[in-house]
Amino acid sequence: MSNHNAAAAAAFAKLQEEAQKDWDRLREKPLILIGAATCGRAAGALNLLEEVKNELAELKLDANVLEVGCMGHCYAEPIMVIYNEGFPAICYGYVTEGVGARIVRDYLTEGDPGIEFALAALEPNDMFPTFADFPRGIHENKIVLEQCGFIDPQNIDHYIATGGYVALTRALDMTSQEIVTTIKESGLRGRGGAGFPTGIKWQTCLDAPGTTKYVICNADEGDPGAFMDRTILESNPHLMIEGLAIAARAVGATKGYVYIRAEYPLAVERVALAIEQARSKGLLGDNILGSDYSFDIEIFQGSGAFVCGEESALIASMEGEPGIPRHRPPFPAQSGLWGRPTVINNVKSLSYVPHIIKNGAAWFTGIGSEKNPGTAIFALAGKVVNTGLAEVPMSTTLNELINDVGSGIAGGKKFKAVQIGGPSGGCLPESAMDTPIDFDSLTRAGAMMGSGGMVVLDEDDCMVEIARFFLDFTQQESCGKCTFCRLGTKHMLDILERITKGQGKPEDIDTLTQLAAKVKAGSLCSLGKTAPNPVLSTIKYFRDEYEAHINEGRCPSKMCKDLIAYYILPEKCERSCDACVGSCPVEAIGDNEDRIKVIDQEKCVKCDSCMVACPPQYKAVVKLSPPHLVEEKDREYREGKQKWQKQ
Amino acid sequence: MAETVTITIDDRQIQAAPGEMLLWAALDNDIYIPHLCASREEAHPTASCRLCFVEVEGRPAPVPACTLPVTEGLVVKTRSPQVDSLVAMGFELLMSNHRLDCKNCSANGNCELQRIAKARKLRLKPKNLPVLDKNLPVDDSAANIVYDPNKCVLCGQCVRACRKSGNGTLGFARRGYLRVVTTFGGVPLGESNCTNCGACVKVCPVGALAQK
Ligand SMILES: Cc1cc2nc3c(=O)[nH]c(=O)nc-3n(C[C@H](O)[C@H](O)[C@H](O)COP(=O)(O)O)c2cc1C
Ligand code: SF4
Ligand code: SF4
Ligand code: SF4
Ligand code: SF4
Ligand code: FES
Repeated sequence: MSNHNAAAAAAFAKLQEEAQKDWDRLREKPLILIGAATCGRAAGALNLLEEVKNELAELKLDANVLEVGCMGHCYAEPIMVIYNEGFPAICYGYVTEGVGARIVRDYLTEGDPGIEFALAALEPNDMFPTFADFPRGIHENKIVLEQCGFIDPQNIDHYIATGGYVALTRALDMTSQEIVTTIKESGLRGRGGAGFPTGIKWQTCLDAPGTTKYVICNADEGDPGAFMDRTILESNPHLMIEGLAIAARAVGATKGYVYIRAEYPLAVERVALAIEQARSKGLLGDNILGSDYSFDIEIFQGSGAFVCGEESALIASMEGEPGIPRHRPPFPAQSGLWGRPTVINNVKSLSYVPHIIKNGAAWFTGIGSEKNPGTAIFALAGKVVNTGLAEVPMSTTLNELINDVGSGIAGGKKFKAVQIGGPSGGCLPESAMDTPIDFDSLTRAGAMMGSGGMVVLDEDDCMVEIARFFLDFTQQESCGKCTFCRLGTKHMLDILERITKGQGKPEDIDTLTQLAAKVKAGSLCSLGKTAPNPVLSTIKYFRDEYEAHINEGRCPSKMCKDLIAYYILPEKCERSCDACVGSCPVEAIGDNEDRIKVIDQEKCVKCDSCMVACPPQYKAVVKLSPPHLVEEKDREYREGKQKWQKQ
Repeated sequence: MAETVTITIDDRQIQAAPGEMLLWAALDNDIYIPHLCASREEAHPTASCRLCFVEVEGRPAPVPACTLPVTEGLVVKTRSPQVDSLVAMGFELLMSNHRLDCKNCSANGNCELQRIAKARKLRLKPKNLPVLDKNLPVDDSAANIVYDPNKCVLCGQCVRACRKSGNGTLGFARRGYLRVVTTFGGVPLGESNCTNCGACVKVCPVGALAQK
């Protein structure tokens, strides 16, 4: 250990000691944690917080209540954890109005922990199962998400007390090259989408001539459906900050930026506060912990265009130019912000760094697979039961992630496909469910890792419409600079729109495939290069659905409005019930001569109300595709009636 | 004395200054590669028209010639099935969004699009794609200049020229399919700070900007 940094170690030991005291004090009373990241807030966490505080005040109970981040079980929000003497710590889910107060009251006054509301215990015990006892827990391996939901993101002491900033302190004793070598040996690949080896990027920047260098944390997260980066920043901002500081030390940068989209106000607020606290403890700023090393961080709020997440566009937007990608090389690591060598890394990539420095490269390569070490963090969304954040070792299969971690498909429906990798990812079918989740396998299967968005689709999802939906997003988010992306995606979108309206032509699939191949090959940046993926993968795996739309005017999933008609099955309609009639906003439902309900197809606006309104015991309203089936059904009904009358 | 490197384009050996972009080395030696957006003055290539693709030995995919610095021993082909189909599609895409009216166009006979079509045996009228007319108003408000955005291929030459020799009037606005070259605030040229210098007209490779 070099001498001047022995002082830093001593300074840090003092910080740790204070933090530990603060942390220990928490458990002197019952401790209540409430998950209040954006996801929790959307589910009512702030009301729960107030309710719990009021209840404690009313009952004059003494407890510590903390607003924490998200532990990933978003499906069960609002979530509350109670640590209380005599019981293992319990995590409660679905803590809706009234329930929070009740749990607190029963538990803290009568010692009844309310296990009917418990999701799981947090520590092994003889009474309740823990998360590790569920299939989800078996797969989960939390590195980046470890502290999320268990510490107060607004209190730096919590982070320090749970092992934070040890790695930065250790990095002060390492040379730049030693740090870079460790990251290289760890095999860490960037989690922002492309999976580029972080160590090689850092080495390039370290070797680049010049004394002024920058590091940037890319927290733009423009993918619809992805919220991993936001959640990490809201739940444990110091982890990214520590990672960024280590990155800076590794490449010789004294200035860092966090590029966050302005649509993430809570994340911006928490990162800003965390930076301030780190600065006040001497962990950022001049002469960190009294060492010879100085580094500080500034927040840059992006205006929230998807393409601004692309690194050359991100830099342009920081320089005050329109956020439009540039031809690379030069790569930012050689010539980035203001023409200086710049490392840009994703929030998750940086969040692994402190753990790797602390535990060593070999520890990291021991997780996941050889070419894809570490964990994968996914935002599970769509028709899966357990939506939320999951962190599993790379090479966990899709099947394990969706059926074990996600508990399968909601509502008893059938799995159809999973869309992975954000708007420019791909859709994989049932037959690809054994694909291990890692950069290379997903790309081979026709999807991609992307930043970790995962949307699970069921039988009610039309794959042509899904392709149209994602292409609509990328088409609108294209910067418009280059020919293939600007015009190629536009033509592709127009074709998809026609197909979903039943105006497809037999040659459309070929035209789409050709355009897709050229847009991929010809575009300047990765937005255009990957935009066709949803189209290509759905054509590859669900070509029959395209053909049904084009050749038969039929939407097999009955999702495309122009290709369906609502119909009331006469044999199922309970004449006197009338539920559908009242639900129809355009008075399209009336009686026929037998007092059976009939939909006037001319008037029907396909709003779905009648189908929802028809009581489950009758289920008389159905969707027909193609719409002309209505006439056939009508004919059948009339013929059946004649036959019956003749008899 | 300037050092040179020897490169091979379409089996022809050529001397070029090291680091120079392949596009210029080729053009200087009368080897035509379609291009709209490139500029010699610009240190960093825009690389936005995506028409100058060439096949580089040792590389799996075609590379835009305006982004490829020449190095000793570089071997390229300006034509190959891969390049041809990529350029054909790029050209067709551009033409699908171009108001075609050669007979009445000021650029007729001196038009880069006509030149590309001729050199690569491509059709000006798109074969497989429907035409997407932007239907934007033609701006004839300036004293000497007419601007028809429906013919613009967004090469950016005028923006660059206007910044350099004009009054910085022209720039890009909006994203994606809606991207256009326009004035600051989108006012007609006649109401802008345009000095009618004509620098933009001189560089426009098509008939979008024309002298009155
Ligand atoms: C259109 C587009 C959008 C992107 N958006 C993001 C983003 O929101 N966050 C991110 O970290 N990387 C994003 N990337 C990837 C970045 O360009 C870059 O590769 C990444 O930030 C590098 O960090 P990493 O090596 O740690 O992954 C995007 C790329 C493209 C092409
Ligand atoms: S691929 Fe699309 S987003 Fe990227 S530079 Fe081209 S037009 Fe812009
Ligand atoms: S710009 Fe060229 S191709 Fe277009 S109308 Fe004029 S002459 Fe014809
Ligand atoms: S005439 Fe000159 S000033 Fe006017 S737009 Fe063209 S280049 Fe700019
Ligand atoms: S007006 Fe002419 S020079 Fe300007 S971008 Fe359009 S085509 Fe290029
Ligand atoms: S000239 Fe090379 S991309 Fe336009």
